[in-house]
Amino acid sequence: MNAPVRRESLQDLEQFRSEARQWLEENCPQSQRQPMTPEEQYYGGRNAEFPSEDAKLWFERMRDQGWIGPEWPTQYGGGDLTAQHSKIIKEEMRAIRARTPIYGLGIWMLGPALLEFGNEAQKQQHIRAIIDGKARWAQGYSEPGSGSDLASLQCRAEDKGDHFLVNGSKIWTTAADKCDWIFCLVRTDPDAKKQEGISFLLIDMEDPGISTTPIGLISGESEFCQTFFDNVKVPKENLVGELNKGWSVAKELLVHERKLMSEIGSDSPREVIVPNAAAREYLDFEHGKIADSQLRSDLVDYDMNMHAIGLTHFRTFEEKIAGVRSAAPMVMKYVGTEAEVTKSELLLAIMGSQGLGWEGDGFSKSEIDTLRLWAMSKIMTIAGGTSEIQLNVIAKNVLQLPQS
Amino acid sequence: MALVLTEEQRLLRDSAHDFLADNAPVESLRKLRDERNALGYDPEVWQNMAELGWASIILPEQYGGLDFGFTGLGLIMEETGRTLLASPIFASAVVGASTLLLGGSDEQKETMLPAIASGKLTLALALEETHHHRPTHIATTATYSDGKYLISGQKTLVLDGHSADKIIVVARTSGDEKSTEGISLFLVDRSASGVSVQRTTMVDSRNAANITLDAVSVNSDALVGELNEGWQILDPVLDRGRVALAAEMMGLSLEAFDRTIAYLKQREQFGALIGSFQALQHRAAQMQADIELCRSVILQALFSVDEAPEQLPLLASLAKAKLNELSKLTTNEAVQMHGGIGVTDELEIGFFLKRGRVAMQIFGDTGFHKNRYATLCGY
Repeated sequence: MNAPVRRESLQDLEQFRSEARQWLEENCPQSQRQPMTPEEQYYGGRNAEFPSEDAKLWFERMRDQGWIGPEWPTQYGGGDLTAQHSKIIKEEMRAIRARTPIYGLGIWMLGPALLEFGNEAQKQQHIRAIIDGKARWAQGYSEPGSGSDLASLQCRAEDKGDHFLVNGSKIWTTAADKCDWIFCLVRTDPDAKKQEGISFLLIDMEDPGISTTPIGLISGESEFCQTFFDNVKVPKENLVGELNKGWSVAKELLVHERKLMSEIGSDSPREVIVPNAAAREYLDFEHGKIADSQLRSDLVDYDMNMHAIGLTHFRTFEEKIAGVRSAAPMVMKYVGTEAEVTKSELLLAIMGSQGLGWEGDGFSKSEIDTLRLWAMSKIMTIAGGTSEIQLNVIAKNVLQLPQS
Repeated sequence: MALVLTEEQRLLRDSAHDFLADNAPVESLRKLRDERNALGYDPEVWQNMAELGWASIILPEQYGGLDFGFTGLGLIMEETGRTLLASPIFASAVVGASTLLLGGSDEQKETMLPAIASGKLTLALALEETHHHRPTHIATTATYSDGKYLISGQKTLVLDGHSADKIIVVARTSGDEKSTEGISLFLVDRSASGVSVQRTTMVDSRNAANITLDAVSVNSDALVGELNEGWQILDPVLDRGRVALAAEMMGLSLEAFDRTIAYLKQREQFGALIGSFQALQHRAAQMQADIELCRSVILQALFSVDEAPEQLPLLASLAKAKLNELSKLTTNEAVQMHGGIGVTDELEIGFFLKRGRVAMQIFGDTGFHKNRYATLCGY
């Protein structure tokens, strides 16, 4: 993350783009160039099955090409490419609507953190397994009593000489019932100040003493679980970074999570309706304009905001390449997730009563999906640090306002 | 890279910042206001600005220009926004110069652009006829007879109209009152017979005038661009003006915001610095988020003037609408967070509030640009 950024000449990048385009054209099966349903998203893991033979083929070709983790070192199965190359691969994949071959917190969050904080053995074991699709990861951060005040977490890991003994529970662990491993923040020193007694542990979900319970959500889905640890023995070598220094690993991971969440609207696997298109389908036009002036005004506010957010994503990328620091990355989780919530509300308003179908006849699949996504969108401004926490962080770290 | 400044651009911005801090701080505007200065700006500062190349920043070298591009201009405009500089740069070096660049004949360019570049000639655009920006609603007429045009009509909000040497008059030579067809642009000497200028005193202490044209006679070489085709020039000129003005508004918003944040770190109430109160922290953080979005919009809009003109109409409306909103928010919050002292004339925050309101109206308010953006998007 803090390594000097390599810059490539424009000529080399254009050459790479044309090679990438050709490789994708030759290697991405036609069936993997269609929008997919949530069930078709592949997350990997010990017991996972590919949704189709083509999905397997596509994943294996991308893995062998080193493009599952394009910016990760080749020694762990990555592509050893720059951020610019990685962006080109993404753009070219999007151009042919190529599916993301594998999803998961391993690729998005743990991998980058292990590259920075992990030891050699941990990188060899875990990064390789993530790229090979052999390990699906859950995140163990929040607890029932520790949400926004994450550093107050109580899940205890006692030093028992050759192992840690873990007791407590984690909540909002995404798909924990399907995961092979969980990375956890645990309290290793209950007497230290709250941020200073926390460590970062990797725990095998098959270890005795671990159980999970799914949590039903307002969207009707239950992708989150509560995960319980009852006298779970975790080997000492699963500690990432130093003992009691887990908070710095956690903060780094949160940066990745927030970046991911700020971009979520732009990279959805589903065929989602955008408000502009919905307006054409559901609203009356008069003389080429949306007749309902309030909805027209709301839509243009949304479109202008998304235009500005898109340009700001582009700016943060250019700044990263140029090695320029700005406050832009610090605000993106807040503005991106607020925009997603606004979008969902706008879609409902545009669709009227046709956007309120929960299930069954009388509504199209995309109408029901839109409603379910509206319910899900409420998570966006809560998970990964609420909007209010984001504003606290901006006030403290960007504006350097005094703390009470 | 469109959205990251080059070393050269950063140096330009820093030197502009230093020059304005030394030569034209906000106090200068207060002084012009208090002495009811007839010109409305400091000619010495303007001459220095021209010598630094600011009046010619977007002009090609062949006309004595610096040819530094619109992004360079935007950086200067932003700095002039920080000190609320009153000068002919917008009316003359941006709007006037762009009109000649995009529509002028070779002869018009050769005679006038070098004079604009040196700061010796100033222009003003006489466009508006009502109290809202409606660039196609032109009732001012120019009728042809005996090799001359006779121009009659009333213009309002003519920026620098009382001081500019020449006025670019938007007149109708054919077509309906609201049509883009049949608009023509004419260069008129401010001192010409039939031109009467009423200087107005507006809330921002800057310069605007009402102008009445009563059968003002000009030769046909006063026409800029083709007869009846003036909209083809005016439309992109207005977009350039909107982007430059948005850059100025970025500067005034940032300055009002910076001063407010500094105040939050210094003012104590209830035994604590008021910046430690979450009610104020969150509002400040939201402004920071808006500022980041606006920063990207401004940079891309400036870039598009030179490098991607097909994106300019959409980006100009995005930039003007977003910066209108940002100026309104940051100046209102600046007053509110300063509390009682915020409404005193002694504190300079009021000057930012007032300039913000005028800049928000020039070349289109938020509603105008939202409507235009939606129309450009096909709804």
